[in-house]
Amino acid sequence: MSSQISSNRAFFNQLKKYYTWYTGGFIVFLIALAILEQLGLPKVWIGYVFLFATIGLYAGIGIMSRTADVAEYYVAGRRVPALFNGMATGADWMSAASFIGMAGGLYLQGFDGLAFIMGWTGGYCLVAFLLAPYLRKFGQFTIPDFLGARYGGHTVRFIGVIGAIMCSFVYVVAQIYGVGLITSRMTGVEFTVGVFLGLAGILVCSFLGGMRAVTWTQVAQYIILIIAYMIPVVWLAVKHTGVPLPQFVYGAVLAKVTEREKVLTVDAKEKEVREIFKQRATDAKARVDALPKSWEEGKAAAEKRVADLRTANAPMTEQKAAEKSLADFPKTADDAKKAWTGQIATNNARSAPPMPHGEPFYTSKTGEAGDKERNTKRLNFLALTLCLMVGTAALPHILMRYYTTPSVKQARQSVFWSLFFIFLLYFTAPSLAVLVKFDIYTLIVGKSFADLPAWVAAWQKVDPRLLSITDINKDGIVQLAEIAIGQDIVVLATPEIAGLPYVISGLVAAGGLAAALSTADGLLLTIANALSHDLYYKMIDPNASTHKRITVSKVLLLVVAILAATVSAQAPADILFLVSAAFSLGAAAFFVPLVAGVFWKRATKWGAVTSMIGGITVTWYYMITTQPWLRSVFNVTSPVADNIWFGITPISAGIFGLPVALVLMIVVSLLTPAPDKETQELVEHVRYPNLKGDTVSTVGT
Amino acid sequence: MQLTEKHKEYWRRNLNLTLVLTIIWFVVTFVMGYYARELATINFFGWPLSFYMGAQGSLIIYIIIIWVYAKKMGQLDEEYGVHEGDD
Repeated sequence: MSSQISSNRAFFNQLKKYYTWYTGGFIVFLIALAILEQLGLPKVWIGYVFLFATIGLYAGIGIMSRTADVAEYYVAGRRVPALFNGMATGADWMSAASFIGMAGGLYLQGFDGLAFIMGWTGGYCLVAFLLAPYLRKFGQFTIPDFLGARYGGHTVRFIGVIGAIMCSFVYVVAQIYGVGLITSRMTGVEFTVGVFLGLAGILVCSFLGGMRAVTWTQVAQYIILIIAYMIPVVWLAVKHTGVPLPQFVYGAVLAKVTEREKVLTVDAKEKEVREIFKQRATDAKARVDALPKSWEEGKAAAEKRVADLRTANAPMTEQKAAEKSLADFPKTADDAKKAWTGQIATNNARSAPPMPHGEPFYTSKTGEAGDKERNTKRLNFLALTLCLMVGTAALPHILMRYYTTPSVKQARQSVFWSLFFIFLLYFTAPSLAVLVKFDIYTLIVGKSFADLPAWVAAWQKVDPRLLSITDINKDGIVQLAEIAIGQDIVVLATPEIAGLPYVISGLVAAGGLAAALSTADGLLLTIANALSHDLYYKMIDPNASTHKRITVSKVLLLVVAILAATVSAQAPADILFLVSAAFSLGAAAFFVPLVAGVFWKRATKWGAVTSMIGGITVTWYYMITTQPWLRSVFNVTSPVADNIWFGITPISAGIFGLPVALVLMIVVSLLTPAPDKETQELVEHVRYPNLKGDTVSTVGT
Repeated sequence: MQLTEKHKEYWRRNLNLTLVLTIIWFVVTFVMGYYARELATINFFGWPLSFYMGAQGSLIIYIIIIWVYAKKMGQLDEEYGVHEGDD
């Protein structure tokens, strides 16, 4: 035992040394690139250097950590110290959505967006008290492993495999999509090429070394992503407050933003622009009401204009513009209905006064309707927070990480470190949102269009959905209502808003890439392990040799990765919704059977089976009947309003699946015979870190 | 195997600790979330209190309760002789 301890300690010190050197090396690399930029290195080269240097680095770690040992491949040899497991979990956890989307979401939603901040951190409390230490004591390889051992039989294990794949696959598709997007933006290569470049980076790592390689790469990726997130925010904080600690000083900035919102709400010019949008919405509504006549007239008018300009031999640019508007005109009356209904919504949204950033559950409605809307918003805020938290404590790729620590004690400490490293980014994101909002409200609004900073035009050109500023009322001055912003721009453009050199923009892209790659790594491994370990080894061929198991696992990893990349390359609709859906599904499927498995000896196999099936079914049912994209996929025609319960949005569907899962677990367990003595002893075994005279052994081989 | 009284007491104390910390977690998240509009009128070092809690305060409390849990359980393991040897 004592030689074990001293070797653990030596290992920890060695890791500390490696990663300190690594961090130092990375900073030197940044400084060198910054100098090269000053000397005239072109921007596109900086993008390439970042892309290939970081992916090459991850691949290098992957190659160094290659292994054919089962325990190393599945759980990194169970010797990852608490602190490093915490960093790896942080990278595993924070996806492209956290890194790039979160601050922008907070910019757009204000207080109500904080449900994501609380939900995606508070869930670790549940992981810490209810799951991590017990799973570590159980000590096998996957989450279905625990379900299978605790409830007995292949049925529970099989449902667990299905559930794990269902949550993880939609999630990994979104990550690979993010990888493709960032890579193509960084270097200008095609999106599909970007997807497969990123995929190569993921595969070299997890393919050769499984969990072991993924762990050490994730630690390296965490370091890059946190540096990339912090530098621009700190700079922006210095620009606006003079203090380099944005998290501690942005309260004052928030107060200024609130003041500014009040001014902009009553400003005459702002009102003028909002009126124009309101008029546009009314016009669109009139056209929708007059369908199909309005469509025929509109089409005829557009055709006539093209013909008139041609006969009058008008300037080429005018002719081209008329042709384009004819080509863009809806092809059928049905298309017109869809497009114009969309215009009503967009224009109505843009005619609204600025939302007060700090006000909870804001609505512009007043009186009784306002109270009702606020209550619904509050209910949705609480429901979403709960779904995200419980989902956190049920996602297999996160729980799996707690199998890798050397002891139960370190598993507990490791949850603390996980949340600590996640916290660093999550408590910074709200300050970034407020600082960028302050910048735009004070430095962009009120400026003349001729003097706008260069980054505005640059990003408008990249993608008008990210940022578009148009002079609606033709006064030559920017009004807030004239700015349309997409959520990703907030993080992507911060380096330029803060006036930093291009190398920092490259760094931010590399950080986003690290976040997406690290999450994709963990998810792919979860899916491949569920298939190779639970389905193949435990259920199909229990006599397979270790060599064969690892080979099967690697082949499956390859297949799943290519499948996921193929799906991502199609750029499926509503990818963001599917990510959040993974949390609701995970919460409804896994949380109850996992927690009951430890805390309630009476929980039985059939309790678990019905609980998982019931939870998943109700959650899916609610999403399919209420979410626009799923409704169209499954051809649901009944009105949404009839299917909505308590005004809950489909993203929080887990709020209905969870109680169903709980009730089924309790009722069915009590109706079926109590678990046998062996199972009861297994429960006692996981409850105590070290039980003298314990004959149960679960450590996996 | 038969659990001793001491083992049972360890588990009871673990459950008590878990319950207390879960209640704190619940109050910080859901009770404060429910009353967010009322708490927004209180100024907390420049932030409306509910905004501060959502953006930072609750996160800090989450970290602290996880730390307390790890620490306390480490002590309980020693006290009841169920620890895994020091590491």
